[in-house]
Amino acid sequence: MAMLHIVNKSPFERNALKSCLAHALSGDAVLLIEDAVIGVVSGSTLVTELQQAMNGNAVKLYALSPDLAARGVKAERVLEGIQLVDYAGFVDLTVANEKTQSWL
Amino acid sequence: MAKKFLYLNRKAPYGTVYALESLEVVLIAAAFEQEVSLAFLDDGVYQIAKGQTPKAVGMKNFSPTYNALGDYGITKLYVERESLVERGLTEDDLMPIVYEDEDDDYTEKPSVQVISRTEMAKIMAEQDVTFSF
Amino acid sequence: MKYTIMVNEGPYQHQSSDSALQFVRAALEKGHEIFRVFFYHDGVNNGTRLAVPPKDDRMLQKEWSELAEKHGLDLVICIAAAQRRGLMDASEAKRQGLNADNIASGFRISGLGQLIDGGIESDRTIVFGD
Repeated sequence: MAMLHIVNKSPFERNALKSCLAHALSGDAVLLIEDAVIGVVSGSTLVTELQQAMNGNAVKLYALSPDLAARGVKAERVLEGIQLVDYAGFVDLTVANEKTQSWL
Repeated sequence: MAKKFLYLNRKAPYGTVYALESLEVVLIAAAFEQEVSLAFLDDGVYQIAKGQTPKAVGMKNFSPTYNALGDYGITKLYVERESLVERGLTEDDLMPIVYEDEDDDYTEKPSVQVISRTEMAKIMAEQDVTFSF
Repeated sequence: MKYTIMVNEGPYQHQSSDSALQFVRAALEKGHEIFRVFFYHDGVNNGTRLAVPPKDDRMLQKEWSELAEKHGLDLVICIAAAQRRGLMDASEAKRQGLNADNIASGFRISGLGQLIDGGIESDRTIVFGD
């Protein structure tokens, strides 16, 4: 009964990711798309929060690789533990998770 | 079988059109005999704040429509306590939205339920379809 | 799997229309069914045929139209949102006493009930917006 949460806002500009992570349940997946991918760069101030979500709350984190590429973020700069997916992988996530909720 | 629909409201009214047009969807949704819940969290709590007076900004006050939702059978308006507290608000800052319970001699009951973030997460997880605004 | 997609932002201003388009293409490639794409808020502007983007840019409205034609997609523009923003098909323009329509091929204008119906009929409902 897991949920796929979709976040598309830069966490440096809006609280969507923060709010999402505060509501995501253990076993849920969070996919960062569009400007939200800015949040996954290793060394950013978001790292502790993202690691807490992954390790503390057992939430799976994903980032959309075409959005990373568009913004010039190379895969090796992405925080360890965050899985990269393309649009086909995005579709697979919506199949694997019974529910979907966008954090607009 | 009826599905559970959640209308997720996270934005303040008037600054953008999302609150108004979300409400327009909710009014249509009432005709479909599905289970409808509204969630107000983050800045969305301002959508049902008391005393909205947008006259001077040149917009229509659509907040009275929330009071009519009960007549459409929409009686579950969940407000997140933490979102209120973060913004310096309390339940007293919200409109006293009520509905008449037809199973209980049409007694007036509150539609607004202020709940914790943990409870909100649980409600989100129970839904079949979530429309985000 | 059967999908309903909601698109809440207009083209170019925000990436949501692009994201939705890429998602729909990927879902179709995997053999999923797109039951309906519902355009709401400024998303109704995805359905104008009067957009003329620069030649070296993508043509989002046309891409939606072409995808609809190729896969028989049901692209629905919300009538209430469309009326506010000046999106008209011929019959609606006539009804409003206007002398022009601007809806692109493959789109149709209908009510919000189509969105709810999509949510009821589909296995998954995905919202793209701002």
